[in-house]
Amino acid sequence: MNRRWSDRLIDNLLYPLAAVLLAFLFGAVILLLQGVNPLEAYSSMVTGAFGSKNGLADTLVKAVPLMLVGLGIAIAFRGGVINIGAEGQLIVGALFTTWIGVQLGEQLPGAIAIILGLVGGALAGGVWGGISGYLKAKMDVNEILSTVMLNAIAIQIAFLLLRGPMIDPAELAAGTNIPHSARLPKTTDMPRFTDLAQMLGITGGADEVGIGGYLGEIYNVLVQPSRLHSGFIFAVIMAILVYIFLWRTTIGYRIRAVGLNRHASRYAGMNVPRTIVLSMTLSGMFAGLAGAVEILGLHHRMFEPTAVSAGYGFTGIVVALFGKLHPLGIIPSSILFGGLLVGGDKMQRAMQVPQVLTVAIVGLIILFVVSTDYLVRRRQNRRLSAEPDSLTTPDEPASPSITSAEVSA
Amino acid sequence: MSEKSNLLPSGLERIESLQMRGIVKRFPGVLASDHVDFDVKAGEIHALLGENGAGKSTLMKILYGLYQPDEGEIILNGRPITINSPTDSLEYGIGMIHQHFMLVDNITVAENVALGMKSSRGFRLDLDVVSARIEELAEKYGLQVNPRAIISKLAVGQRQRVEIVKALYRGAALLVLDEPTAVLTPQEVDDVFVIFRQMAADGHALIFISHKLDEIFALTDRVSVLRDGRMVGTVNTADVTKADLANMMVGREVLLERVRPPSQLGDVRLKMDQVNVVNDDGQRTLKDFSLEVHSGEIVGVAGISGNGQRSLARTIAGLRAVESGKIWLDGRDVTGLSPAEMFNSGLSYIPEERMHDGVVKDFSVAENMILQDYIRAPFSKGIFLDFKTIEQHAGQLISDFRVKTPSQETPAKNLSGGNIQKLILARELAREPRFLIAAQPTRGVDIGATEYIHNQLLQQRANGLATLLISEDLDEVKALSDRIVVLFGGEIMGIVNSDEVTTEELGLMMAGERRMEMPQATA
Repeated sequence: MNRRWSDRLIDNLLYPLAAVLLAFLFGAVILLLQGVNPLEAYSSMVTGAFGSKNGLADTLVKAVPLMLVGLGIAIAFRGGVINIGAEGQLIVGALFTTWIGVQLGEQLPGAIAIILGLVGGALAGGVWGGISGYLKAKMDVNEILSTVMLNAIAIQIAFLLLRGPMIDPAELAAGTNIPHSARLPKTTDMPRFTDLAQMLGITGGADEVGIGGYLGEIYNVLVQPSRLHSGFIFAVIMAILVYIFLWRTTIGYRIRAVGLNRHASRYAGMNVPRTIVLSMTLSGMFAGLAGAVEILGLHHRMFEPTAVSAGYGFTGIVVALFGKLHPLGIIPSSILFGGLLVGGDKMQRAMQVPQVLTVAIVGLIILFVVSTDYLVRRRQNRRLSAEPDSLTTPDEPASPSITSAEVSA
Repeated sequence: MSEKSNLLPSGLERIESLQMRGIVKRFPGVLASDHVDFDVKAGEIHALLGENGAGKSTLMKILYGLYQPDEGEIILNGRPITINSPTDSLEYGIGMIHQHFMLVDNITVAENVALGMKSSRGFRLDLDVVSARIEELAEKYGLQVNPRAIISKLAVGQRQRVEIVKALYRGAALLVLDEPTAVLTPQEVDDVFVIFRQMAADGHALIFISHKLDEIFALTDRVSVLRDGRMVGTVNTADVTKADLANMMVGREVLLERVRPPSQLGDVRLKMDQVNVVNDDGQRTLKDFSLEVHSGEIVGVAGISGNGQRSLARTIAGLRAVESGKIWLDGRDVTGLSPAEMFNSGLSYIPEERMHDGVVKDFSVAENMILQDYIRAPFSKGIFLDFKTIEQHAGQLISDFRVKTPSQETPAKNLSGGNIQKLILARELAREPRFLIAAQPTRGVDIGATEYIHNQLLQQRANGLATLLISEDLDEVKALSDRIVVLFGGEIMGIVNSDEVTTEELGLMMAGERRMEMPQATA
């Protein structure tokens, strides 16, 4: 791109941040109507999400599935398809990973079982996404419909399995019959940050370092016991890999070409249907990976599917859009939205406001981000504006009125 | 219809004169209109000539109320006016006939005319009133339009007349005609010119936008030439030559005549035998199509848009299935191969809808240069793209084919139409094809780029390339082709030697009224 860096900074950073600020401003009005001091509320939100070791850990823990789902969504968008089915793909992935862990976890060394679990989760999610891709490519079934339907199916399958073959034997023995699986063997737990730190010989923590002790807290997140697990590192590596995949490989080139212009891609000899299936499969794989990482890194057992997916499949769409559908943009975007989820929780408890308020503020952010996106595009068009060639729009395919017979020929 | 009356036969007030004075329109980074003066009088046909981006459309959009000028004024019959919207412009009696018809296909002429207008009966339709008025107008101008006909059943020339009636109905005393002949057969062009002359004689003012110099000489009284947003000059058509106008338009000497040396026919590159093609709607778009194209020859395909040309190109490219018949490329049976396999077999294809099918608009120029070959060495190593080679390749083609672009990183959508076409031409020719399909290679492309593209095609012909040139521009087909295939309703009306056929004969064949055969060229 031959755009100036200052333009890029404004487009990619300033505008989104301004959008977030505006959303908070509107949120403040709502909070005021609730009789809550918005400054107090927001400060409880921010400190809740980012201000303490545990808050920060929780934020990053939630960023992991958001990042992975977001990457999958971005691949689909880049390939010109829309994946609303990440919820279902995540659930299917989590289920299959659980099954692998429970069945094979005891026999295999931990590292192998984890890798197998991750691969299995990705494959299951990939199949789930691939179904929609296949239906679209072969029968022109709208992928939005099919992915949403498959969400519902995934949830029911999960309940079916968790009440039947996959139910925790302990539940059966106790007669409580709560639909969750057995705990995966401890060896299959993805290491936590504190475990990694210990492996590197780092122990203890820092107190009161840096700005009001805040830098110390960040350090503590990384080394002291918390829920933060290595899935975070895994997700960041995946983001970099997806970036390389989309922009440096031939398959990535094809996916982007098909996503931007199916016709020209077909004219250039690309197999468009196969590429659509591929984009959807890859998209589902990342959602499946999110499910796998949630099981191996955090929950260690499968339970109520909608509680495992926790709406990440939908929030991930917003994460991807906020990250400008760019794998590297999705990293900070997922952390921001992880923080919103955690901070919203904290705000609710501290200020006694209904939790839907957080949802409303997230909604406002989406609204403003989408609107600023329009402004950004307008700015870019102004910068690049060239006078159109003809009195009619040059981009339109010419002479649509001649005969409809030839158009389809 | 007396000379003194200020009413047109349609009962409208005439526009005695319309002047645009010192019009300035700026877009960021572009001065689209630079103090342009332009005027048109009642009873006159005034041509507006200029290359793409010269500012014709800006000027006309200002007249039509789509843009507001930054400076300058519009004076109607001696009074300054402001035109804020197309509605305003209609009120002043200014109408526009667009190149692409703005008609709804599956309703009648009268319904199309009434569309978007207030009924004289409030909420009840007044189609009978509309029809009566259409008939009245049609009769006055010899337009032969039946208000009860369904648009989709009408020929292209008739549809254009519906557009004219529509404009007249809405009170246009001044008509802007945007390349009105682009989709017509030569005979239809003659017919519509009669109508235009009649309208001018009755006191209408007509602004005629066209690239075709022949038509400008056949029809217009004065010509105004725009270049780079400036008015180069306004001249009486009778006082100048074609070469004068071309020079004014481009600002340098332009060769209008193409020198086509005798062909050096080689082996048969493309052979089609009794090919039949059916489209998705079950309509037969190619009927028993048989053709041979030799190395070193350009075969032109003439026909009115929608008579199977698109189908022909797409079928050879593997984008549409053959129902029956066979296709050979270089003696190898390629019937039913996929587009990718066709490209590998030595086909190159310049598709007619370049923005739609030829480039990925949001890809950079460099990325667009490898649209077919991204997956092959030297552009890829394993699964990774080799950016160094890709950049070198793009740089080479940009300079070889004189593609005007700020950089090879620029998205293709920011290039002008002519330069996008050069990009596609460069890409397709760099692949060193055995056979080239060039579909509408210069449609909407300015004179300079057209000259360049034509010369490239002739150069490749000299180098032994076999080319199928599909074009709606008969002059282009005649100038470049050794032989011409005329298509009508998917059928070959004749294969003729381009030097021996007259435009009239071609026109009759294009209209399906005549078949002709001439001895085939032999290798």
